[in-house]
Amino acid sequence: MKRRDFLKLAGAVSMAGCASAVPSRARVVVIGGGFGGATAAKYLRLWDPSIDVVLVERENAFTSCPISNLVLAGYSSMQEISHGYDALRRHGVQVVNDEAVAIDATKKTVRLGRGGDIAYERLIVSPGVDFNFGEVQGYETAMNAGRVLHAWRAGPQTLALRTQLEQMRDGGVYVLSIPQAPYRCPPGPYERASMVAAYFKQAKPRSKVLVLDANPDVTSKAGLFKAAWKDLYPGILEYRGNAKAVGIDAASSTVKLEVEDVKGDVLNVIPPQRAGNIAQQAGLITTNNRWCDVDWRTMESKAAPGVHVLGDATLSAPAMPKSASMANNHAKIAAAAIVEILGGRTPAPMQILNTCYSFVSQKEAIRVSSVHAWDEKDRTLKALPGGGVSAARSEAEGTYAWSWARTIWADSFG
Amino acid sequence: MKFLILAAATLAVFPAFPSFAQDVQGRNLAAGCAICHGTEGRAVTRDVVPLAGLPKEHIVTQMKAFRDGTRPATVMHQIAKGYSDSQIDALAAWFAAQKR
Ligand code: HEC
Repeated sequence: MKRRDFLKLAGAVSMAGCASAVPSRARVVVIGGGFGGATAAKYLRLWDPSIDVVLVERENAFTSCPISNLVLAGYSSMQEISHGYDALRRHGVQVVNDEAVAIDATKKTVRLGRGGDIAYERLIVSPGVDFNFGEVQGYETAMNAGRVLHAWRAGPQTLALRTQLEQMRDGGVYVLSIPQAPYRCPPGPYERASMVAAYFKQAKPRSKVLVLDANPDVTSKAGLFKAAWKDLYPGILEYRGNAKAVGIDAASSTVKLEVEDVKGDVLNVIPPQRAGNIAQQAGLITTNNRWCDVDWRTMESKAAPGVHVLGDATLSAPAMPKSASMANNHAKIAAAAIVEILGGRTPAPMQILNTCYSFVSQKEAIRVSSVHAWDEKDRTLKALPGGGVSAARSEAEGTYAWSWARTIWADSFG
Repeated sequence: MKFLILAAATLAVFPAFPSFAQDVQGRNLAAGCAICHGTEGRAVTRDVVPLAGLPKEHIVTQMKAFRDGTRPATVMHQIAKGYSDSQIDALAAWFAAQKR
């Protein structure tokens, strides 16, 4: 922890072994400064400045997965997708640069990696995803040897993958393996395939993108993606459904499928995912050993009272993608509910909306949108009729995709 | 919480101003729009219209035009279908009351 953070928190953090300090005003601790956690911290302060908000985040800056596929093609940069936490500090959020390593939901404390407990009235856990590397034999060994990347959490792996693509010989094969749904960002892998194909078309035209999808077919915006691939990347991009990666052999640079082995020059295997480690550690995972079920009126965990879970880590409601737009909207449900609960009132269910843009070329994008409302009978959020996808890929959608990215970055981190 | 101060000031002058509960409803409905139109409707790019401080009637008319298809759109025709007349009213009133 930085000394400055520690001093500010002197009343909040008690060293391990001491009794936890009782906050003088209601304190909400937020674990994880991604689209979910950062938005929640900011909106809690906007909607009730009397609440003390502490954000615990292990990185100094956030790297956005949205637009990170454009970095792979050279259409954006790491700098453009990185967002610091100073703006949140200006909203009065206390940002603690440390890792949350344990939660005690009975004592209502969060244990920090560098020691000390923070007491909370309400806790928000927005941990993103971690990977089930064990489901792909040999993954971790190959990853540690630099022979396979996921780049499914934007950051150093994004840059490493860009470098591997740049260094690959013309005529090489880039293999992208997609896990069974649900995973973070349903259209993300198909956008990535498009971006790498766009880069090859321009810089290494004899190279190939080979998409191995564990799902039977493209899981999002299928018609629009396939039309773009047929029109823009014939002979470059090949798609195979029902092709689940079960192992990796680093020495021969091979992805093992159930029935055959596929060799590649650059291996980009996206492993199956689950709620982030802290959710698992704190017993917040309720379903299939992977996801955290919540009450969609408040985002409160079904496993631990007083703990709200946001974003990709949740057991998604029907037809709800694991997306940045959704995590941002989950955060607003939680912030509104917590303000009501701390004020002694009953929160009303909220209506939220999703939009996912995907680039299919440098300038053109496609989109899917939906509005989700509380259904009293089924007690979940349900997609309302009326949502849908772009009429066609277009530069107009591309312009709006960039506008969405800059705007949601500012809404969550600005 | 600028809107609270504004709401309180408005209440003093116009006793018919919607109740606080309705204001929270409008605020909550409007919060989702922020991913494209900016926090509290203050736009971040020049590609979308800032909703903060737009006349309520304008927002209501545009949302209904998107919803019934009379105004062509890339995305708003699909989003607007998720909002009832009274929801449009509440979010439009809330955006209209925000500082530009
Ligand atoms: C995914 C991005 C996105 C979201 C979310 C979104 N908008 Fe829009 N909005 C747009 C775009 C883009 C336009 C331009 C029309 C079009 O192409 O759809 C627009 C136009 C508008 C206009 C017309 C403004 C004018 O004066 O011409 C209004 C009003 C509006 N939006 C209101 C809303 C409201 C209210 C919400 C939330 C319920 C919302 N929007 C959510 C992207 C968005």
